[in-house]
Amino acid sequence: MNAPAWSRRVARAGVYALAVLMALWVLLPIYLLGVASFSPQLGVYQYPKPFFPQPFSVETMAFFLKAHGVVRAAQSSVVVAVITIGLATVVGAPAGYAIARFAFRGRDAFRVLVVSTRAFPIVILSIPLAVTFINWGIYDSVYSLALMHTALALPFTILITSSVFASVPKDLEEAAMTLGCSRLGALLRVSLPLALPGLAAATLFTFVLSWNEVFAAVILTVTNRTLPALVLTQLNESPLPYRFAGGFFMLAPSLVFMLFIRRYLFNLWGRVVK
Amino acid sequence: MAEIRFEHVRKTFGKVVATNDVSLTVRDREFMVLLGPSGCGKTTLLRCLAGLEQVDAGRIHIGGHDVTHLPPRKRRIAMVFQSYAVFPHLTVYDNIAFGLRMQRKPKAEVEKRVRDAAELLQIADLLQRYPAQVSGGQRQRVAVARAIAVQAEVLLMDEPLSNLDALLRLEMRADLKRLLKELNATVIYVTHDQVEALSLGDRIAVMKDGVILQCDTPLRVYDFPASRFVGGFIGNPPMNFLVGQVTDDGRRVRVGEVTFTPPAPVQAALRQAGRPDVWLGIRAENIQATTSATENALAGVVLVAEPLGSHNLLTVQVGEERLKVNTRADAAFQPGQALWLHLAEDKIRWLDPASTMALAGSA
Repeated sequence: MNAPAWSRRVARAGVYALAVLMALWVLLPIYLLGVASFSPQLGVYQYPKPFFPQPFSVETMAFFLKAHGVVRAAQSSVVVAVITIGLATVVGAPAGYAIARFAFRGRDAFRVLVVSTRAFPIVILSIPLAVTFINWGIYDSVYSLALMHTALALPFTILITSSVFASVPKDLEEAAMTLGCSRLGALLRVSLPLALPGLAAATLFTFVLSWNEVFAAVILTVTNRTLPALVLTQLNESPLPYRFAGGFFMLAPSLVFMLFIRRYLFNLWGRVVK
Repeated sequence: MAEIRFEHVRKTFGKVVATNDVSLTVRDREFMVLLGPSGCGKTTLLRCLAGLEQVDAGRIHIGGHDVTHLPPRKRRIAMVFQSYAVFPHLTVYDNIAFGLRMQRKPKAEVEKRVRDAAELLQIADLLQRYPAQVSGGQRQRVAVARAIAVQAEVLLMDEPLSNLDALLRLEMRADLKRLLKELNATVIYVTHDQVEALSLGDRIAVMKDGVILQCDTPLRVYDFPASRFVGGFIGNPPMNFLVGQVTDDGRRVRVGEVTFTPPAPVQAALRQAGRPDVWLGIRAENIQATTSATENALAGVVLVAEPLGSHNLLTVQVGEERLKVNTRADAAFQPGQALWLHLAEDKIRWLDPASTMALAGSA
């Protein structure tokens, strides 16, 4: 074996070692969280931590889910996330398409503007926001919280969908138009099917964003709390098993969805849809 | 009937003029090739005809109808794209059927026409595959089949062969020629490959900088280029150009020691122009090389001798200029060897050095 190949191998091994280390850094606590959530309630106090639930039990999880308000908060979270997905997609996908397809005056400025909306710290906006919501009589409602989440999600939705549509060659739409489609028809019959996996990824991303969002949820709701808002406010006064199970329950959907999106984020159009 | 008429078509992109006041009539069922270097406006002209670009000025007629402002789907055209633009999410069958289904043809007819088109292009055994599962050459055939399945009266092709490798291109070129003869469609074919243009077209429109320089049959464009650019762009090797001194009030032209007598109309044109010089355009195959001095032959020295199998290509230094000359494959010329060139006088193209255009009446 010659020297360059050897050093390449070492470099490669180094990269992998680093990746494994970073993965462990993130995954180990999550794993322990999971183990604790599926151990009996007393198990969470054990030390050193066991690497497998001993014995396996849904007791801790059930304790969390049966706690007052948890199910209702989870429902609220889902409702808010679903409405957010709907609104963000309906508003954001056409904007993303326009940015991807049309060379209009000020397109780049628009793109920057979209991103820069995220530059406003929501902490500063929170009081005026709460006041405005109270004045308009839409305070403490899952629907108005969904509006807020839509505003937070839109920049990402627009940017993701625009890159998704940009990855669909313009030629395909033009070919469809010469074969009898209107512009809209070409979009629906050709671009949309090809963009669908990417759009689904954008949707999941929006879901995770809304599901995990806590600040606006705490500011804008009192009785109709979403799950993160509820857990956050109860964290200090709740027993350890509640915290472990709650943490895992909040984390699980994000983990699973990220696993799905990951494929599309890395390999959006490397392979053709089969 | 699908005669195509461009009337003073102008299209700009920002400050770039893509086509400038182009007028062109393509006869019904004619195979017209738009030929030119990249950026000459040929693809823009095609896209304007397809309705994928809106013209800034001028009108476009297809089959007597003004289609200038119609969307692509109402122009009754079919188009083959340079990138093929085959839909990756549909099978080969569904790709070919796409246009027919848009026209809401009954299922049996769709089936029949898809099979026919696939047979013609020899891809019938690939119908259930996805585009990612067939080769580049087959994908190209799918694109052509999709375009001919709708049986449009006008077929537009934008450099359809440029993404194929050399051997496949040669094969597909012959296939296309056979196929398109059977179709009875008016075809406009865009290419930058002069060999493709010569081999396929009924007529060739040579474009440069957004204007059509010459529109004529392949043979006439080859033998009688309208300008120095056309002569240099078409043919391999490009046409040779020599500078001649006009003497005797336009009745004689001298190149080095050799005197030529231009045909009468050229003599008149030379007299009218009153310039002291003129360009003589001559193709490599219309120059005869001999090893011994003959009367009215230009003396030169061989710089490079390239055996090309069927013939040899010589680069010859004549005075200040270098000429490309074809010789027989068995003629053994060596670099540094002196030789004499005899120009076939009836094949000389006479051009005005000021305008670079051919002189009126130049054979």
